[in-house]
Amino acid sequence: MRDPEKTILSPLTETGLGYYLLAGLLLLVIMWGLWAYIFQLQDGLGVTGMNRPVFWGVYITNFVFFIGISHAGTLISAILRIVGAEWRRPFTRAAEAVTVLSLPFGAISIFVDLGRPDRVLNLLLYGRFQSPLLWDFTAVSLYLFSSIFFFYLALIPDIALCRDRLTDISGFRKRLYRLLALGWRGSNEQRRRLERVIGGMSVFLTLLVVTVHTVVAWVFGMTTQPGWHSTIIGPYFLGGAIFSGVGAVAIVTAILRRTFRLEEYITPKHFDYLGKFLVALSLAWFYFTFAEYLTTLYGGEPAHMSVFWAKFSGEFAPLFAGMFIFCFLIPLPILAIPRTRTILGVVIASISINIGMWLERYTVVVPSLTRPRLPYELGAYSPTGVEWSITAAFFAGFFLLYLIFAKLFPVISIWEIKEAEEVEERPAEPERGWDILWEGRQEG
Amino acid sequence: MTRWGMVIDLDKCVACQACTAACRVENNVPFAGPEQDAMGRSIWWNEVFRYIEGEYPNVTLRFIPRPCMHCDDPPCVKVCPVDATYKDEEGIVVQRYERCIGCRFCTVACPYGARYFNWFAPRWPEPLDQALNPDPEVVPRPTGVVEKCTFCIQRIRKAKEKAEAEGRPLRDGDVVPACVQTCPGTTRSVKYRN
Repeated sequence: MRDPEKTILSPLTETGLGYYLLAGLLLLVIMWGLWAYIFQLQDGLGVTGMNRPVFWGVYITNFVFFIGISHAGTLISAILRIVGAEWRRPFTRAAEAVTVLSLPFGAISIFVDLGRPDRVLNLLLYGRFQSPLLWDFTAVSLYLFSSIFFFYLALIPDIALCRDRLTDISGFRKRLYRLLALGWRGSNEQRRRLERVIGGMSVFLTLLVVTVHTVVAWVFGMTTQPGWHSTIIGPYFLGGAIFSGVGAVAIVTAILRRTFRLEEYITPKHFDYLGKFLVALSLAWFYFTFAEYLTTLYGGEPAHMSVFWAKFSGEFAPLFAGMFIFCFLIPLPILAIPRTRTILGVVIASISINIGMWLERYTVVVPSLTRPRLPYELGAYSPTGVEWSITAAFFAGFFLLYLIFAKLFPVISIWEIKEAEEVEERPAEPERGWDILWEGRQEG
Repeated sequence: MTRWGMVIDLDKCVACQACTAACRVENNVPFAGPEQDAMGRSIWWNEVFRYIEGEYPNVTLRFIPRPCMHCDDPPCVKVCPVDATYKDEEGIVVQRYERCIGCRFCTVACPYGARYFNWFAPRWPEPLDQALNPDPEVVPRPTGVVEKCTFCIQRIRKAKEKAEAEGRPLRDGDVVPACVQTCPGTTRSVKYRN
């Protein structure tokens, strides 16, 4: 009988040199990005490549991208929990961490894009609910706080475990665990209460996740810009978000599995399921993309066709083709063929998907702006070093926060794994109909 | 209720750009310079567009002077998250520079491309910095805010004050925005209806 606690808790007390080196490198990248931002604050947004008519560029792309990948955590954790998919158990925490840690970077992306960040409180003082940006602000803030709360709830039993089991840690950490454990003793009463709140939050988050990326899409959809003003844009962005998010979770989980020797808990079978899920999402993404561009082409409206050709044969063709290759042509065969749907295959496909999805966001934002209805002039956009530095800093920041999370808390939900094992060890009960569907229970 | 309107006779416009220049001087629109202009950073509250109709040899060149259209249902007003732009009772779409957070949603929503952003702090090379309009209503905008044609709202206010001082209602011809005043071909005129 293996002891999950020992394996999963060991990273919290043992740290190798690699950890410090990586953290140091990431910190350097963040400092570089911070310096770039200070430069931007001093000189103005003119240090970026944005202009008239391309008023939005890389920063807004990052905003949509980071909010997008945050959706997987909720999906895997909340939605799969609701439908009782047992195979989610080993990576719900890692997935929720992706959500909690990527959302702030989405919010910071907008902040970095503001001409007057010193006036950001005006959003609270004078906020107008007629504006899609304020729907965004509300939805994303609500999603962020709810996700943090949900993440914390599911962490409580494991924090209590850390409080009780970890002895070789600093006094500060001991106190932290004691404080955050909220006196958890694992009694039936406490468990019942926790399950109820988590169940309720799962439903709430599932509903919220649909709203969040839809309103992000509506920032574009509610304008009359050709290429943006599409009725399908809400579901399109939502599907794309879940797509890139599940890919991100696959990458993160694979890295954690290798680094922390979690091979027993996160098996190739789990990646098999993730891979199949990604196939479905890739096809859904393709369907939305196809529907969008076919209707544009068929309608033939001049302003829309201008944007269409910019993407298909104009200066954005390489990026647009790249998007299609990375989102669809590369990952689909890898994931659809069982022989290549290994852990490595799923990771390669996921990296490809995330590159493709970043390109997708970019080719949604920029080409439409380069072909405005008036002033009859072609716009152009070339992101500058400042924008790339800040983008790099965001990615580095995400990974660094993840490193810190992995050091403070177990990356696998120990109590949920134990709960599944208890269910298995109980005397046989008549199997509920839908249990048979989910063959993804862990092998004992 | 007063509602302002501007009529631009496209048949008479010769694209002399006097309106564009006058507007810039009247409203202290910042200087961009050739490099920044090549990047698309110039601010033109009023612009005269040209587009070519037809194919050679049957071509026509059309001019479209484009100030802010002060739309009846402004898409820019709809999307501003902080109410920094609004349509006042007289029909003018006004910008509150001190409230704008520079998100540029309005610039992206405007179908006419009539809105502009201050990418840098305003500056004028010599000797243009000696020719700024001292009117406090057109004080140069700081970096990071959006600006656009205001229908020379400062001139409307001055005309109203003058009319009030003289104890008479506002008349046709009292309010003359800079572009209207400068237009040599009587292309533009301002009407107001009560």
